[in-house]
Amino acid sequence: MSVLSYIVSYSIAGKLLLRARRLRDSRSLSRARWDTSLIAPPLKISAWTKELISRHYLKGRYVEGIKPVAWVTSGAPVEFLTALGLCVLYPENHAALCGTRRVVEELSEAAESKGYSRDLCSYARADIGALLTGKTPVGKLPRPDLLVACTNICQTVLYWYRVLAEHFRVPLVVIDTPFIYEEATPQAVEYVKIQIEQAITTAEKVAGRKLSWSRLTRTLELSREAVVLWGEVLSRGRHVPSPISVFDQFIHMAPVVEMRGEEETVRFYRALLDEVEQRIRKGMSAVRNEKKRVLWDNLPIWYRLRALAERLAARGIAIVASTYTNAWAQLSDLMDPSRPVESMARVYLSPILNRGAGYKLSLMKEMVREYSLNGVILHSDRSCKPYSIGQVDQRKLLTRELGVPALLLEADHADPRSFSEEQVFSRLDSFAEMLGA
Amino acid sequence: MRGEKFAIGIDVGSTAVKLVLISGDRKVAHFAVEPTDPRISEQASRLIREAREKAGEEVPVVATGYGRKLVREKAREVTEISCHARGAFHFLGREGTLIDIGGQDSKVISVGEGGTVLDFVMNDKCAAGTGKFLENAAVRLRLSVEEMGDIAAGTREEVSISSTCTVFAESEIVSLIAQGTDVPSIVRGLHRALVKRVVAMARTLTVAPPVMLSGGVAKNRGIQQILSEEVGLEVLIPEDPQITGAVGAALFGLDT
Ligand code: SF4
Repeated sequence: MSVLSYIVSYSIAGKLLLRARRLRDSRSLSRARWDTSLIAPPLKISAWTKELISRHYLKGRYVEGIKPVAWVTSGAPVEFLTALGLCVLYPENHAALCGTRRVVEELSEAAESKGYSRDLCSYARADIGALLTGKTPVGKLPRPDLLVACTNICQTVLYWYRVLAEHFRVPLVVIDTPFIYEEATPQAVEYVKIQIEQAITTAEKVAGRKLSWSRLTRTLELSREAVVLWGEVLSRGRHVPSPISVFDQFIHMAPVVEMRGEEETVRFYRALLDEVEQRIRKGMSAVRNEKKRVLWDNLPIWYRLRALAERLAARGIAIVASTYTNAWAQLSDLMDPSRPVESMARVYLSPILNRGAGYKLSLMKEMVREYSLNGVILHSDRSCKPYSIGQVDQRKLLTRELGVPALLLEADHADPRSFSEEQVFSRLDSFAEMLGA
Repeated sequence: MRGEKFAIGIDVGSTAVKLVLISGDRKVAHFAVEPTDPRISEQASRLIREAREKAGEEVPVVATGYGRKLVREKAREVTEISCHARGAFHFLGREGTLIDIGGQDSKVISVGEGGTVLDFVMNDKCAAGTGKFLENAAVRLRLSVEEMGDIAAGTREEVSISSTCTVFAESEIVSLIAQGTDVPSIVRGLHRALVKRVVAMARTLTVAPPVMLSGGVAKNRGIQQILSEEVGLEVLIPEDPQITGAVGAALFGLDT
């Protein structure tokens, strides 16, 4: 029965319907709700992005019993899971989606009423709330057969995934990544490599088949291509005025996170790059009247993307780069399909959150120069501590050493209860006045 | 007064509305300060009407403060940060670090040439470090806020208040009183706690001398004294610290 419903609902009807919707959407994007007198109309690729994400969750809805499912953290080495044919789901992305759909408050309260602290990451609270209530904007999440938590983003995921493991009673693979202060030591690489090898063995058991090394190599190649293209797209933000804003980046980053290692993802980013280049040729800018260019640090404020984009655009402020979206572009140099496991170990040891605050500061300084930026907004994220720690000093040093104005903006990536609209906008207005925008 | 160039600045804060009418030669021709009324738009309209009666119907209005959006007559809105910096520079003629402790928020601004803003930080999330902290304590101690400042300045005795949180400080006061601690030393301790909180925030900027103090709390002698001790620098205070923001707004009005 479930095989039938998977084939009928997902493989045939679902995919076709979503493709039809994409065709319809691509013709009528001008109806989008964002104020196009301030901001360029949405990128044409938006219809495809929507199709990819919808299909991803639609597949999840019917996949139980058809393919084994793995739930993984956003920084987990996912290529071997994809190569083994597992259906991979990202609870963090699901929580971000809950953020954009503004249901985090309700889900979080459900988790809090069961004793989860409000100081926990709001992604974790939202997902645990979804688990407890069965409510999700995507209809239904597939039950996992395997959990993979990699500590290269934070320690929260370790405890969060232990909760999941207890709830679902399925194997949990933890990949522990030692913090990098300067360079990854050979011991650290070896340590992570061994853990990935062990993870492959566990995943093979869950998948009921052996990993094909040629498929893993191919997956890594595709992963690398997508990441390189994503980096190319972001780098077009150096053009003045910028054809793409950080809000576009937030919206179109989902595939590089969730669908790395797939053929279509590579095609998708090639098309995105084409479109962005077309915009440059046509002289089209993301913010109509770009006067000042700014860097964004930390996660997006998912539930207020539009309000923030419009408020800033009204003053001619374009946020053209961010350390966050850049994180998925940074690691392409380390990906080497000819040495798959070792290169995965290097890649997944090196994300920005697994490195010191000094590293982030030097990265921001570099971005300020490369993207010709006039200011920096540091989103001080209430419930993502690893990303926010050090920002007070980073702010001070950016101002003092580069002379660029920097603003600390207090909010939260998914929980609107930590967002105070008047105060945030008032700070942004003051910042805009200070920049002379 | 008619015929000359004028501008009105109105600073609608959470506790008080301040209006200033300024003439083309940057002199304060008229000002008004009132506690904020729940019907802000009407109150602002009345104050603006009174000022315009003196100087003319066409005098432009620049609004600032949290209620700035509610001022119907405004030609322009400018945030408090920019207005306070400009206003303080107007009165004191100095670049440096401006500390503004308001009723419900506090701000620290690096003021540059001509009153431009070089950098700023603000606290508007937590009552500790704002005038609210003293107001709450005053209620507990059955004193007026004005009295508190003089009491704090008039004693050298001081107990240390360990809670920076406004709510916890209240219970700390109760237990200090129960232990028989005399009120002036509690009051001075409270002032120290508030100032320390603001200075900690100021230190996230580069504190360039001189330190200037504006906002309603600037009149408080206890705060002046303790702030100067804590930063180890002389503290300058504009002539009328409460209207600094409104004067800044009015000066922006003269630009247009
Ligand atoms: S704490 Fe931060 S890094 Fe960790 S899962 Fe939450 S948002 Fe991601």
